[in-house]
Amino acid sequence: MSLGPYTSFIVTSYALVAAVVAALIVWIALDYRRQKQILRDLEASGITRRSAQTSGSSS
Amino acid sequence: MSLIDLANPTRFLALATRVLPWLAAATAILLAVGLYLSALAPDDYQQGATVKIMFIHVPNAWLSMFVWGVMSIAALGTLVWRHPLADVAAKAAAPIGAAFTFLALVTGSLWGRPMWGTYWEWDARLTSVLILFLMYLGLMALWRAVDDPSRAARAAAVLTLVGAINIPIIKFSVEWWNTLHQGASVIRAGGPTMDRAFLIPLLVMAIAFSLLFVTLHLAAMRNEILRRRIRTLQMMQASRQGV
Repeated sequence: MSLGPYTSFIVTSYALVAAVVAALIVWIALDYRRQKQILRDLEASGITRRSAQTSGSSS
Repeated sequence: MSLIDLANPTRFLALATRVLPWLAAATAILLAVGLYLSALAPDDYQQGATVKIMFIHVPNAWLSMFVWGVMSIAALGTLVWRHPLADVAAKAAAPIGAAFTFLALVTGSLWGRPMWGTYWEWDARLTSVLILFLMYLGLMALWRAVDDPSRAARAAAVLTLVGAINIPIIKFSVEWWNTLHQGASVIRAGGPTMDRAFLIPLLVMAIAFSLLFVTLHLAAMRNEILRRRIRTLQMMQASRQGV
């Protein structure tokens, strides 16, 4: 597949979109892990929601 | 499970956790198909291979406006119906919308240089999309500036609804003013004017990016619900320590 004289513009566009989408995915995934960890630490120290205390759910 | 049930954050978290792997898989498959079709698309008789930038530029541009539309509905949910997940949805959507708008601006610029001879022109379409990008950043700054999520939500909802005025301006800017940007060729009265060889890959990529947004948005909403849960627990912990 030849992209002609404007290859650099096309490749840069696709690479940039891939990089930004990958960054969004990684950011959201890491944020999820961080929030879950903080929640686990809080619950381990005995701080739980009232609904969790009554239902036994930890979500 | 009804819509009312989803107003319960715990039920929403359970649903999101169940649905997210399927959504992510569907997004990945559609993106792969879209990229394959984009690679196979012929060169345009005027633009040559640079037409391939359209397959990523247009979905990002559509989503930049669509995400603001989602945030506007969520803003109504916050102000009118006081739905417990409305401001969670709005806050989670803002950085994703900002990313799509940034990509629309930059890929448009990279497409404009070889086709128009310039990376940037202060015309109506480009300027109104730049304003949209700045509004996304402003909203994100507002969310961070106010500690209390419910107070931040109301202020952000008002700003979002005011900013929604910009969406029809972006859409119709190419008709209302003389701009370098071409007019609508897909969503227009009388149907698309684009050849099927370009239209099909473009639509597949648009659906793939829309699914990507739904996936990322659900995941970001899940994070935001957890963040608020942590905030409540930390306040409980602080009040216990204060007693």
